[in-house]
Amino acid sequence: MNIIVCIKQVPDTTEVRLDPVTGTLIRQGVPSIINPDDKAGLEAALRLKDQYGAHVTVLTMGPPQADIALREALAMGADEAVLITDRAFGGADTWATSSTLASAIQKFDYDLIITGRQAIDGDTAQVGPQIAEHLGIVNISYAEELELEGGTIKVKRQYEDRSHSIRAKLPCLITALSELNEPRYMTPGGIFDACREGEIKLLSRADLQIDDENIGLKGSPTRVYRSFTKAVKGKGSVVTLNAQESADWLVEKLQEKFIL
Amino acid sequence: MNIQEYQGVFVFIEQLDGKILGVGYELIGKGRELAKARDTQVTAVVLGHNVGALSKKLAQYGADRVVLVDDPALEIYMTEPYAKALSEVVQAYKPEIVLYGATAIGRDLAPRVSARVHTGLTADCTGLEIGEDGNMLMTRPAFGGNIMATILCQNHRPQMATVRPGVMQRISAVEGADCPVEECKVPNLADSVNVEILDIIKKVGERLDIMDAKVLVSGGRGMGCAENFAMLEELADALGGTVSSSRAAVDSGWQPKDRQVGQTGKTVRPNLYIACGISGAIQHLAGMEESDLIIAINKDESAPIFETADFGVVGDACKIVPLFTEAVKRVQMMKSNA
Repeated sequence: MNIIVCIKQVPDTTEVRLDPVTGTLIRQGVPSIINPDDKAGLEAALRLKDQYGAHVTVLTMGPPQADIALREALAMGADEAVLITDRAFGGADTWATSSTLASAIQKFDYDLIITGRQAIDGDTAQVGPQIAEHLGIVNISYAEELELEGGTIKVKRQYEDRSHSIRAKLPCLITALSELNEPRYMTPGGIFDACREGEIKLLSRADLQIDDENIGLKGSPTRVYRSFTKAVKGKGSVVTLNAQESADWLVEKLQEKFIL
Repeated sequence: MNIQEYQGVFVFIEQLDGKILGVGYELIGKGRELAKARDTQVTAVVLGHNVGALSKKLAQYGADRVVLVDDPALEIYMTEPYAKALSEVVQAYKPEIVLYGATAIGRDLAPRVSARVHTGLTADCTGLEIGEDGNMLMTRPAFGGNIMATILCQNHRPQMATVRPGVMQRISAVEGADCPVEECKVPNLADSVNVEILDIIKKVGERLDIMDAKVLVSGGRGMGCAENFAMLEELADALGGTVSSSRAAVDSGWQPKDRQVGQTGKTVRPNLYIACGISGAIQHLAGMEESDLIIAINKDESAPIFETADFGVVGDACKIVPLFTEAVKRVQMMKSNA
């Protein structure tokens, strides 16, 4: 059983702040983490490995420093780590990212591919289903539970007001929700092993059988035309009173606005 | 790809158990604006089984035409039959724009279709307009809502976008409106079924959906514990609303996920939003800042929620809310006696 887990290194967006003067993002000092949904996907893969035995390969596309995320995955228990890195892949939107990842995945044997539902920096939820489309395999998104049954996988797939229990034949791609599990910590031995040189396999442009039309900025149908910070609406009135006065003041305001 | 060949605005209409989701009407409303700017029409695309009767309602909400793929394989949502049917509709009709709700279905279906027909897709848009050169400008939050980005898809068609429910405005239904309905036959859809649905588990929600509420009393980490949400329920009852929460309260297990407002929760725009013990992380603000009137109660006078609130009170929500509820009831009592 071979499982491939796609992860992304992301800035912890809950730590991102805006510069109050310039209105630009303060990226300095913002920690990089494994995207939470992806980490849940990795944990799911490791649990399948614990239960049934499996070879777990983690794969990421990003700049050379994304190897930190891969080393963390190795320290958690992944068997193999692959970094897809090349300037030629830069500027990719979800279409080009997914076609590049699909091309890299084709170099490996796989029964199951797990991605996170979405990354917290982009929030698109597109790359998982798009990888499956490029590979021509089944995808099941928004997994909140999964189990293996022979050559099939059973997934509890979340929707807004319901969930479906779905069975699919392998190979198959699953997108994981953070709700799926509580990811394990790295082990000291794992950290030690993960820090060795040569633990990370590198794939560059030359290693992939893919047209230039399908990678990087050139292979991206969408383009960022501009980015900006939202206009802040004018501040209202804020008061500090005792509890009873506060309650009365709020009621007064609701009456002024004809809500009461 | 000859871009000129692609014309018209298409809206994917999501139906569940034969009922249209509200976001479908909202997208038709937005689609009409876009279509007007492009001098073209809005087509609503319905996939399902025995769903022809839905066409009338779509016409009432502004669709100029309905395209229907009615097939037993489409009765319950499964990725592949839906992706195949919709891709064939796109290839047959060549629309210039396709809009989807950013729902658990739309966010699964749209990427699969975009990869298949080889075009761009912009996720979770909050703004759509036609630029001077005729391309669609798709604006969306990025970096967890910290910045906004406007995205273009210039050289591929259709231009595709998902839009979060509750963001666009539907038009008032026009009684008696009608529009042509075309049935599009997609052969061998049954053969594309590649998963088996073993069970459907519906969540029983007895409470009002927070997206439909006119008044929301919302609690965050500052409420301290799950039990303290009872006082928010009382205030919500007095004001005819319901309770929602921040992500922190959901992560703490105080409130179920379906109550969560924000970037990873729901987008709400009630007449009145009362934030109690919510600091106002940008991810939270992204989900509620369009509310008509915002009240904030928080201990920390530097909490960002006060930047967005119309009226703010610095203090302990757990102490103020019960008094607020009593004061509200007192005024209501006086009015009903007057």
